[in-house]
Amino acid sequence: MYDFTYEKPTAIAAATATLAADMEAKALAGGQTFIPVLKQRLNKPTVVVDLSKLGLTGITVTPSTVTIGAMTTHATVANSAEVQKAIPALAHLASMIGDRQVRARGTIGGSLANNDPSACYPSAVLALGATITTDRRTIAADDYFQGMFTTALEQGEIITSVTFPVPEKAAYQKFRNPASRYAMVGVFVAKFAAGVRVAITGAAQGGVFRHAAFEAALSANFSPDAIAGIATPADDLNSDIHASAEYRAHLIGVMSKRAVAAA
Amino acid sequence: MPNVTLTVNGKSHTVEVEGRTLLVELLREKLGLTGTHVGCDTSQCGACVVHIDGNSVKSCTTLALQADGTTVTTIEGLAAADGTLHPMQEAFREHHALQCGFCTPGMVMSAIDLVQKNPQGLSEADIRHGLEGNLCRCTGYHNIVKAVSAAWHTMHGKELVAAE
Repeated sequence: MYDFTYEKPTAIAAATATLAADMEAKALAGGQTFIPVLKQRLNKPTVVVDLSKLGLTGITVTPSTVTIGAMTTHATVANSAEVQKAIPALAHLASMIGDRQVRARGTIGGSLANNDPSACYPSAVLALGATITTDRRTIAADDYFQGMFTTALEQGEIITSVTFPVPEKAAYQKFRNPASRYAMVGVFVAKFAAGVRVAITGAAQGGVFRHAAFEAALSANFSPDAIAGIATPADDLNSDIHASAEYRAHLIGVMSKRAVAAA
Repeated sequence: MPNVTLTVNGKSHTVEVEGRTLLVELLREKLGLTGTHVGCDTSQCGACVVHIDGNSVKSCTTLALQADGTTVTTIEGLAAADGTLHPMQEAFREHHALQCGFCTPGMVMSAIDLVQKNPQGLSEADIRHGLEGNLCRCTGYHNIVKAVSAAWHTMHGKELVAAE
């Protein structure tokens, strides 16, 4: 790992000032992706700004929303009785990220800022139509994800919390790579009064995406049979040593049906 | 260089580190606590697991400076002063839950956290799932699962029941 200056500010303004002043400064959330990246020398920050003392943890539940502080760990979300009651699929998703040690440190804000194309949380944020709150604005999920490792965040912009609308029903189903635990295909299905939203992670070259054909079919008839005959084009899906694009396309159908059945 | 102050196995230390110094490097190289191992470079193997403020974490994926002000427990901090093993260590010995021993410190630290956080009970599946962040290339895990199950009963003061 290349060396860097480490800062642990106690005010958001101080953190954003450091990050805005230096294009090579990087924010550190839970570090469960970023520190391995640093160890491999894939990134060479001048300054690492630890966000852990900014007071960005905690969960607030209302009858219609669940708001999670950006530095809240996966373990906290997974074990939260309030989240388990309001949006059980969200707690279930958090319980399947990485392993217990990763969940003890990894955070929702870090996951979303990184936007790994195989990360779990982006699918929940997109399918539930969550709102991402930063130090300067709010961003709708549909505007936030802009391709692999790319988001609407500006240089130095810090996610402070994420607010999820409570759906009528939802479920997350993940086909895991057995070694890395990342999603080869992960499907988050959410049913609202206004319709059904389906977000797929792990499969596409551009990262998380909404499945319009499944959404239309499930909005008309929320059952696994409704999407049984709908093929997913393999054109923009990933092919790698773990699975071909065609296999991932097939998995999207299988995991989506399972998610609808589980919701 | 900045200083980090932390409590390790009950003893307070203030150590000069670089920004990039990992917690496992602080433990092994600065404090000489070489029981915590490094088995991979990808945060997958779990040989480096220690407890920070009661949670099991991978010390190879934690900066030393992130641990400033925390309380850390390593494998060296488990046994009593007279050498009496922690119930988890004793269970690993009793059930032959190690062969080469390289993964054992991390496995024991993860297992203790798993048992402490699940006082309601742990099934075999719970234990296997709970230890997915620790890799062992010798045992096939079977005796590790037996040991953790036995230690759960000891640690929670329940009567030992025969393994299934």
